[in-house]
Amino acid sequence: MDVVLWVVVPYVCLTVFVVGHVWRYRYDKFGWTTRSSQLYEDRLLRLGSPLFHFGILAVFLGHVMGLGVPKSWTEAVGVSESVYHVLAVAVGAVAGFCTLVGMAILIYRRRTVGPVFSATTKMDKAMYLVLATVIVLGLANTVIANVFGHYDYREGVSVWFRRIFRFDLHPELMAEAPLGFQLHGLAAFGLFALWPFTRLVHVFSAPLGYLTRPYIVYRSRDDQQLGSHTPRRGWERTR
Amino acid sequence: MRVMAQMAMVMNLDKCIGCHTCSVTCKQAWTNRAGTEYVWFNNVETRPGQGYPRTYEDQERWKGGWELNRRGRLKLKGGGRLKKLATIFSNPIMPSLKDYYEPWTYDYATLTDAPAQEHTPVARPKSLISGKDMKIEWSANWDDNLGGSAATAANDPVLRKISDTVKFEFEQTFMFYLPRICEHCLNPSCAASCPSGAIYKRAEDGIVLVDQDRCRGWRMCVSGCPYKKVYFNHRTGKAEKCTFCFPRIEVGLPTVCSETCVGRLRYIGLVLYDADRVLEAASTPDDHDLYEAQRSVFLDPSDPAVVREAERAGIPRDWVEAAQRSPIHALINRYKVALPLHPEYRTMPMVWYIPPLSPVVDVVRDTGEDAEDERNLFAAIEALRIPIEYLAELFTAGDVAPVDAVLRRLAAMRSYMRDLNLGREPDGSIPAAVGMSEEEMYDMYRLLALAKYDERYVIPPAHAEQAHALEELATECALDYEGGPGMGGSGPFGEGSGTPTPIAVENFAMLKDRQTSDTVAAPDRSGRVNLLNWDGKGTPQGLFPPKDEP
Ligand code: SF4
Ligand code: SF4
Repeated sequence: MDVVLWVVVPYVCLTVFVVGHVWRYRYDKFGWTTRSSQLYEDRLLRLGSPLFHFGILAVFLGHVMGLGVPKSWTEAVGVSESVYHVLAVAVGAVAGFCTLVGMAILIYRRRTVGPVFSATTKMDKAMYLVLATVIVLGLANTVIANVFGHYDYREGVSVWFRRIFRFDLHPELMAEAPLGFQLHGLAAFGLFALWPFTRLVHVFSAPLGYLTRPYIVYRSRDDQQLGSHTPRRGWERTR
Repeated sequence: MRVMAQMAMVMNLDKCIGCHTCSVTCKQAWTNRAGTEYVWFNNVETRPGQGYPRTYEDQERWKGGWELNRRGRLKLKGGGRLKKLATIFSNPIMPSLKDYYEPWTYDYATLTDAPAQEHTPVARPKSLISGKDMKIEWSANWDDNLGGSAATAANDPVLRKISDTVKFEFEQTFMFYLPRICEHCLNPSCAASCPSGAIYKRAEDGIVLVDQDRCRGWRMCVSGCPYKKVYFNHRTGKAEKCTFCFPRIEVGLPTVCSETCVGRLRYIGLVLYDADRVLEAASTPDDHDLYEAQRSVFLDPSDPAVVREAERAGIPRDWVEAAQRSPIHALINRYKVALPLHPEYRTMPMVWYIPPLSPVVDVVRDTGEDAEDERNLFAAIEALRIPIEYLAELFTAGDVAPVDAVLRRLAAMRSYMRDLNLGREPDGSIPAAVGMSEEEMYDMYRLLALAKYDERYVIPPAHAEQAHALEELATECALDYEGGPGMGGSGPFGEGSGTPTPIAVENFAMLKDRQTSDTVAAPDRSGRVNLLNWDGKGTPQGLFPPKDEP
């Protein structure tokens, strides 16, 4: 059972995540967008969207720290366990709270503003459900496990997570973790599996290239591709 | 010198009768789909008026285009790269639907289906956004012909600029129409604002396009364009804009708006310009010098040095010849009667306008004087400060001198040609008074008044060796793309996802569907609704959002 939950499920989900993105990018470049609904309504969006997005960016960075950086490293640079703990709880709780409030505003907006609601696809609804579950569980863990309990996830969950990528499997580390962490982990992997098929793909188009590219883009009509469609494989022009 | 070619347009405003044919044909060709109901790539505004979207010219509010920073360098008025990324989650300066208008249709079916009743049934307006009943309060040309402008014209940002105290008195009013499309700028701030780099300027002909596969819906282009000519398709989540009908231009046809223009007032042709000097010209310190600066980046296509450089830059011979015959070059640089729209936005717009003389002529005629006499017209141009200042705010950043000069030329042409037409001895002093020779004046008359089709449009086709794959010719087999003809519509990830359909094939499939389906409603499946042909029966997919349960 542990092996299924903490070895098979993660690998399956990660595979779907990677292969799904490759497939989606090749099949559906046109559908790859944020599907912004700002045009319909911007009063609630102005509040909710930055709260949510900046919150979740902070949460992401927190996870990079917590899951990606081994405990020995932070200790090597002189950050003691207690300092780390206080920092993680404080920053994590604030970021998580912003995310949650932002998300609540956004979901409320999506449900109550008519045009926004009718522009919501089934995939959106499924994604919102899973995303909300992940966020709520995560925030609950931060608060409960750190304030009331003593579970040091950097000795358990983090190690398990890092080793997934090294094919060094330790399902027992996860099996020992508190229920909250287990559920959060499972829900997160569920989200990864869903990711390529939702609007979440826009995360991967975060336009960092904008900071360095020249302002005006010039492009020639492509010699190999004239007209608006790409020739099918095997039918490219030979010149 | 780096020579580039640009496809440009000039509109002669004196001839515009405000019929909106251009808008309607453009809409039929390009934006009659779900998600673009509110979008008019071509719109015709009555000036003075608020325009579409409302008050878009108020750049203190909308922050489109470029401005100079303290060191005199160009920067985006809407904020630099970092600020753009920081506001990406909610763009604070993007117009919302109410700044455009909420598109609607009518519930026509009740007119024929309603049971017998005492009162005549009415077709109620239904929002195309929410599908609910709505109250119509504004549209893309709500203040057409100054309708209701006693109440709204005061919001016109241009009118407000010329004087805080100008009261819009109906008795002394003036009016003209301003058709607008995307300006296909030399220094497009829409492209500069796009975080994904999806908006590009075509190197061959300067047409500015949105790469639909690379657009991610960040919406920065919408607020970046000072003319508000990039629109957000709310169904596909992508930006769309005027394409200068590139599939037609590539085969030498004029754009749809030009081809169908009732007043025959649009001119299309090439200009050659020096790409190395664009930035310098756009950074000219004084707003009033911008008109001259923009004119100075154009190159004289008859100059042998320019021809040589053009050849070196890979511009085909027939294109250079077309540039020499270009009506645009003639109107802008030879006769100097065309002016750019809002040069102070510093995007270097490439759709120029011949300002209307009609407000002046009308006044002279109303006083009972001879409205063809150049002395009367010149005197009126001197006297009529408000219309002239208004035109100057539109076309020369408020500098009245160039507008004065253009109007004098037009007035001179009017008087000079009257003598000719009445078989009198032409008066050579009239052209001389505006610095033109008699021959030049006659040539200008030919171009402006006779306006023959092949003189209005000098469009060299894209190159024949490439013609096989050009969009509009569609000589490739229409079946050789995923799904075959007639497919398309909603993919699994929402409107229009999946592999895109080539435009020519999409049009073909749509027309076929329309002609062969038994229902009067638009074809299902394609997700493309032809509002003008839809008679209110049925609920074509894509016209109304799915019904939500009560
Ligand atoms: S007018 Fe056209 S080319 Fe110029 S900034 Fe606007 S959208 Fe871009
Ligand atoms: S079709 Fe021509 S005359 Fe009619 S509104 Fe458009 S530009 Fe003016």
